[in-house]
Amino acid sequence: MTELQRTRPFRAPRPARAVGVLLLLGVVLAGCSGQKSSFHFEWDLFINSILQPDDQIKAGLVLTVVVSIAAQLIGVVLGIFAALGKMSKVRPIRWFANVYVWIFRGTPLIVQLVFFYYGLGVAKIYLWPDITIGPLTIEGAIQAGIFALGLNEGAYMAEIVRAGILAIDPGQMEAARALGMTPGKAMRRIVLPQAARVIIPPLGNEFNNMLKTTSLLFVLGVVELYNVFNIKQGQSFRPFELFLACAVWFLLLTTIWGFIQSWIERRLARGTPGAAAGGPGVRARMLSFRRPPIDASVVSGGR
Amino acid sequence: MTQIEETNLLDAIGGVPLASTANVVEVTDLHKWFGRNEVLKGISMMVKQREVVVVCGPSGSGKTTFIRCVNHLEKIQQGRIVVNGHLIGYREENGKLVADKERNIARQRQEIGMVFQRFNLFPHKTALGNIIEAPIQVRGVPEDEAIEMGRKLLARVGLAHKEEDYPAQLSGGQQQRVAIARALAMRPAVMLFDEPTSALDPEMIGEVLEVMKELAREGMTMIVVSHEMGFAREVADRIVMMDEGLIIEEGTPEHFFTNPQQERTKSFLSKIL
Ligand SMILES: Nc1ncnc2c1ncn2[C@@H]1O[C@H](COP(=O)(O)OP(=O)(O)O)[C@@H](O)[C@H]1O
Ligand SMILES: [Mg+2]
Repeated sequence: MTELQRTRPFRAPRPARAVGVLLLLGVVLAGCSGQKSSFHFEWDLFINSILQPDDQIKAGLVLTVVVSIAAQLIGVVLGIFAALGKMSKVRPIRWFANVYVWIFRGTPLIVQLVFFYYGLGVAKIYLWPDITIGPLTIEGAIQAGIFALGLNEGAYMAEIVRAGILAIDPGQMEAARALGMTPGKAMRRIVLPQAARVIIPPLGNEFNNMLKTTSLLFVLGVVELYNVFNIKQGQSFRPFELFLACAVWFLLLTTIWGFIQSWIERRLARGTPGAAAGGPGVRARMLSFRRPPIDASVVSGGR
Repeated sequence: MTQIEETNLLDAIGGVPLASTANVVEVTDLHKWFGRNEVLKGISMMVKQREVVVVCGPSGSGKTTFIRCVNHLEKIQQGRIVVNGHLIGYREENGKLVADKERNIARQRQEIGMVFQRFNLFPHKTALGNIIEAPIQVRGVPEDEAIEMGRKLLARVGLAHKEEDYPAQLSGGQQQRVAIARALAMRPAVMLFDEPTSALDPEMIGEVLEVMKELAREGMTMIVVSHEMGFAREVADRIVMMDEGLIIEEGTPEHFFTNPQQERTKSFLSKIL
């Protein structure tokens, strides 16, 4: 628990209030902007981009959220496998998992993105054709983006999942095996469900990052939330208003996610008798620079 | 050998689980090294059906390691362990022992109940959930049957009212009784206990020992690592004294408490009695 929380009990602000704060921030910035030059702030453009988003903005929003969720899901699955791989008794599996994590954490995401899309495409290894499912067509660039983001995320999730598994008392695995469970079943039924409680807070932070990181997909020509505004400012030459609005949208997404995350963590804490209630509140989470530490006490049974 | 007794605790699991061999546990010349440290230096022990063996000895003498070897939570470097007719952890190929598959080892462990010093209940499952997990997941017992058996077991260890409680809501003594019920639910041929009361507050030791005494009286085959000499005197058929990785003395409680032969046994007993 941070100082902030202890000294000032936190009243959850309504999302509406958060929007108000953001708009105020815009006003202050806009006020500063006109002082020294002939620049004047186009209020309508800024306000309408937020309060009356056009179809492009809406589409960008949806794409950002969908890509984030898809990539995060891939990341979680890969992360679980990579974590188990890192802890495997079989040396080649361990080696493979370590190399995977090493490569994807050791190279820039933007390089991974362009490599998987343009690199593989030009080398004719995989051409990323559009996929049509019913009325929906998913562009190759979006697929490549989700794929690369997911692979990258899996490398980070591997460490988080591994830390979660290691936080569980080895006696749990032993008790499960003493009852005749195979190591795989003991992991699935006994260890991973307990590790999940440890993993979920840092997983939430990863998703917060993911929401913002999707903006890198603009290098593949994907028109997600950032790229929508990037294109708009290229046409209208109003980068100040438009990027400010873009920032407000991202801030809204991450703030809403912050509320959802706190809600999830409170529910998890409720399901764990004897556990300290909840993780950091939304304000502490959004304002703090550090990641909340993994809290093993949430998991260990009382004795 | 097939008569099933009407018993109190064990009728919750359909009576005394009868072993398929006269000796439920046969350990011969067991050696165990941790790296270069030889912790067990040639242990042999036969445990017959319905026999209760209490193992004692100073801290670090290898009691925990021994009991963990019996269900292969530790690999062994030399010797043979046979439980209920099955060679544990290894199979014989052309006269040589080779490590067995995890699946086979898991199957062998189903016949061996284990109760840990620190209970090791599953904190994300209720008392009942802890008990029915392995019967359903491992033995494939239908859920309603497992629940019925689990409720009976909980009632017999005096915790009928706690079935919905999570381990963190239970006292140490209650947790250990759930842990005993959890092990019994697999209908093991033998129960292993590793100092089951040494992590408990003194006022809770009695309730756990009562359950264990009941089990012993009803004919459960048991190996119990314990320094509870009152318990040993009352229910043990044999007491085994270990020191520095060897069994240095064994005999009936009568022999042990009135006429111990070894100096080390005498000095050990004088410390704990
Ligand atoms: N996992 C392990 N790795 C290395 N040494 C161990 C391990 N477990 C136990 N030992 C050593 O083996 C010896 C016997 O330990 P243990 O079986 O726990 O004794 P006891 O239960 O009789 O107190 C001790 O010297 C201990 O340090
Ligand atoms: Mg011990």
